Parts: sequence; structure tokens; C-alpha cells
Amino acid sequence: MGQTVIEKIIGNKVGHAVKPGDIVTVPVDWCMVDDIMAPFCIKKFEEMGFTKVWDPDRVVLIYDHFLPATQIDDSRHFREADAFADKYGIKNIHRTDGICHQLMTEAGYVKPGDISFGTDSHTVTYGCVGAFATGIGYTEMAGILGTGELWIKVPESIKVEIEGALPANVTSKDVILSVIGDLTASGATYQTLEFCGSTVDNMSVASRMTMSNMAVEAGAKCGVFAPDEKTCEYCGIPYTEKEEALHADADAVYSRVLHYNAEELVPVVACPSLVDNIKPVSEVAGTKVDQVFLGSCTNGRLEDLQAAAKILKGHTIAPFLKMIVTPASRKVYRAALADGTLEILADAGCVITTPGCGLCCGRGGGILSDNEVVVATNNRNFLGRMGTSKVKIYLASPKTAAMTALTGVITEA
Amino acid sequence: MAQKFTAKIWVLGDDIDTDIILPTEYLALKTVEDMKPYAFSPLRPELAGLIQPGDMIVAGKNFGCGSSREQAPEVVKALGISCVVAKSYARIFFRNAINNGLLLIENADLYDAGTEGDTAEVTPGKEIVYNGKTYEIASLPENLTEILEAGGLVKAMRKRNGLD
Repeated sequence: MGQTVIEKIIGNKVGHAVKPGDIVTVPVDWCMVDDIMAPFCIKKFEEMGFTKVWDPDRVVLIYDHFLPATQIDDSRHFREADAFADKYGIKNIHRTDGICHQLMTEAGYVKPGDISFGTDSHTVTYGCVGAFATGIGYTEMAGILGTGELWIKVPESIKVEIEGALPANVTSKDVILSVIGDLTASGATYQTLEFCGSTVDNMSVASRMTMSNMAVEAGAKCGVFAPDEKTCEYCGIPYTEKEEALHADADAVYSRVLHYNAEELVPVVACPSLVDNIKPVSEVAGTKVDQVFLGSCTNGRLEDLQAAAKILKGHTIAPFLKMIVTPASRKVYRAALADGTLEILADAGCVITTPGCGLCCGRGGGILSDNEVVVATNNRNFLGRMGTSKVKIYLASPKTAAMTALTGVITEA
Repeated sequence: MAQKFTAKIWVLGDDIDTDIILPTEYLALKTVEDMKPYAFSPLRPELAGLIQPGDMIVAGKNFGCGSSREQAPEVVKALGISCVVAKSYARIFFRNAINNGLLLIENADLYDAGTEGDTAEVTPGKEIVYNGKTYEIASLPENLTEILEAGGLVKAMRKRNGLD
């Protein structure tokens, strides 16, 4: 029987063919622990009675949710994680480099075929390079730190096939939001989304990251792309038979197949307060907006900032509106500085912040209040996510966000 | 498995996400006890103060969706909730709950029938009796039962490390 991408990745690691529903214990290539969860994870690790980390070089600590600290006691998390790293010999620490999910591939850790777990649900992002990656709790992470392995149930796969050229105002964000709208917020629970087709073949790795990142919003365990030459170039490795072998077999079995014609897709938004409350931008156009947020592990990369800058170049944003721009990493920040993107955004009146999770998790600058409306490029519009529970969050692409900032009302790019 | 118990029902809806169960701003409080008053606050700010130990939550589909924060099942357990009965669960929440010894029951029908304030009789791994009707419930896979029976993943690991 043919195999899906995720069945091949898991099968390679456990040394035998697997099928959906099998419960297997997998060896772990990479562990990511973020700053919010570090103290809790360390406490569980010690309670479990471990005296050493199974492989300190396979562990990555990243400070991003609380950086720079905005509340008294946030910095305790950095100190406790630093002390843990020192005690157990962990050298992979990113204290100010950017968002964990950007860094795990950008800084060269996760590669095609790897298995990776992180203490944050958007760990699914690393599926963009053809890896099996998913979020877990801090107790399970503590167990991995001690043992280097975790039990998983091999997931079924939903094939999401997208063919053709996207319209100019439609981005990979609109694609994944449309998919979530069709699947619903629980439609892929326990399953893998496997993205394929000419549309995604032609996408940059950055655009694919946006789609893998949001797979969890449909409940998925991971969102995976088979690795191609573009993936390997991004990862700094040659494209060989090993990566080619990770592509799905022609007779692979899927629980469901979704097919999209890219030409028919339109710019969409996820309306308050559910990620699957998807509407075309044209249906909510004209809604007055108080703030626009461009950033996050979903859409804080160079191409996202460039797309916004192209729209905002030579203009200023609506006078009553604030636009917060948060690059996903220092590397993105420096690249956007070097090519003039940040200058255009600053000239347009944007507030440019340090790389990190910032506003997306409701802790950084730009918190909103009752009845305010924000158009945001991140991945969640839950109640209370970016301020009070009466803030209305619309999730959108960087293009829709920039056009909206220009006019002050939700506007199609 | 635990014995039969009777519990008062609190009814929540579909897609109760982990930001509702515990908002980000309270995640870094030092202990789960400190977090308890803020559970479910974006949706029902008064709820945490009303829940009594032994009560149960009945909810719709996709309970616990969203972030991987383990504080979510921990705070539900700390409130004394005896079990959650939902149409379905998000996978990270499901694993986290088992690892913390919080009983989760999947049932497609109780949510549509259940009224807040009523009581139900729960026999884990077997059935729920509510309003004269019996709702059958499935038992958990073997590897999860082992973790639950050990009292959670920390205790299972301590055993592995020869400490208990």
C-alpha cells in the first residue's frame, strides 16, 4: 500500500512501515522550549527525577513570548531557563533572535525528514520543510528531555491539492484561511494536512510556512509539504534521493481530499472570534478599523513586509489608525532594513517593534480595548487574545492588512 | 479506574479554546492555585468562583482547541472538576489532560441533552446516567490508561527512574 509524506517520515524513524492508528514511540531530532513554558517544564523535569538531558545539542531554548519583558516577573523565566541550560549543558539558546517557529528552520535546526516537538501549538510550522513537527505540553516535553522519545499515534492524512496561479491579491494566507473555513476548526483533528499541487510548488518556503503554521487552527497534528529543491536550498542542504523519497506515493491513502483551483480563490478574513468564521474581504469591506498588526510566526517574514511596503510606499496610513509591524526574526529585520522595506513602513507611519511574539499573544505593545477592531496577520482571533474579550480581531493577509491601514476600513487589496 | 460518582453539570459550548480556559496574561502566575480565579474568564468571568469540587463540565466539539498551554487542563483539574464530557477534544489538550490525570470523556449526545445545574452519574470507562437515560462511553487506549493509572506522566517517569 502506498504511503503519505507523514507515514514515510515516521516510518523512516522507527525503522518499519507504519499505518494510521499505529501507536509508536519515535526518537526525537529536535526539542523546542519557549520562554513561557520553560519554568514549568524545568519543574516537571526535576520532579520526574532525571539527572541529565538525553542530548543537550538536540534542545533549543528560545525567548520570544516575553521579549522584551512587559510585566514584573517575566524576566524570571529567562533566568530560570538560563540556569537550566547552564546546569545541563544546553548551548542552543536564542535570547533576542526572534520567534521560535521562525528560528527553528531559519537558524538551521529542523531539516526534511526530522521529527520535532515544541511547547507551543504552532510547532506545526516546521512541516514547511517536510518535517513531522507538533506541539505538546510541558510535562511531555520534560519526559522527552529525559528520554529523547515520545509515543505518538500515526495520523491519517488529508490531501489538500491546489492547482493553478493565485490572483495577484490572494496570498498563501488566504489559501490556508479558505482551507480552514472549509474544514472547520476541528475538521482535521488528530490528522495531517498534506499540501500539494502546482500552486504550492510555485510558492516560496516563506509562503508555505504560513500554511503549515495555521494547520493547527483546523485541529491538525501537522501541516506538511514534501521537500523539494526550494526547501533544500532554504535548509542549506543538497536535494538528494533521500528528500525525493519523502514524497507521497501515487497510491497513498487519504482520509479526505480537498481540491482547489487557485484562480477561483479570493482574499478572505477570519471574522471574530473563530478561526473558521471565514468571509470574503468584499463582504466585510468598509468595517472601520482601529489598528493593524503585521507580524507573527504566520506572516512576519521578509516577503510579508515587502508586500505591505509595496502597497504603502509613498503613502501614509489613516490618521486615526495605528499599524504595528513586528518582523519574525532579527534576520528578517536586518534584511528589511537593508532593502529599504522598513524605511517605507516607517515613512508610512508604522510602529516597528523588536522581533518576537509581541501583540499576537496579547503581551506586547499594541493591546486593544473593548469594541476596538484590529486587522491582524497572525493566526488566532480568539476572545481576549489581543486585549479584552470585547476586542474584534479579523485575521487577514499582509496585503489586505496594508490596504486596510491605508484606508482605515477593511479593504480588498 | 475510579468508582462511580455523581456530579453537577456546567455547560459550555463548541470550540472552547485554551485562551478561554486560561488567557495568556495569567499563564506565568507562579502556581496553578494563583491561576484558578481567571479560568474561563473571557467567556464567563464568574464561573471559576461558582464551580465546586466534584462538578463536571459538559461541552460541544473541539474542547481545548488552540494553544499547547498545559496550564489549561491543570487549572480545570485544580478547580476540582471531576471530568469533562465533550463531543470531541483538540489533540494537545487531550494529551495534556491525561498527563495530568484529568478525566476526559468523549460522548456525542450528552451535550445536546444536558442542562446546567442538573446532576449526572458517571461510571468512568462505562457509562453516564442522566435524566433517566444511559449514555455509553468508551474506554481509553491501553498506553493512556497506564499513564492515568500511574497518576499522570510525572509519576510514570519517576517509576521509570526508580524513584517511586
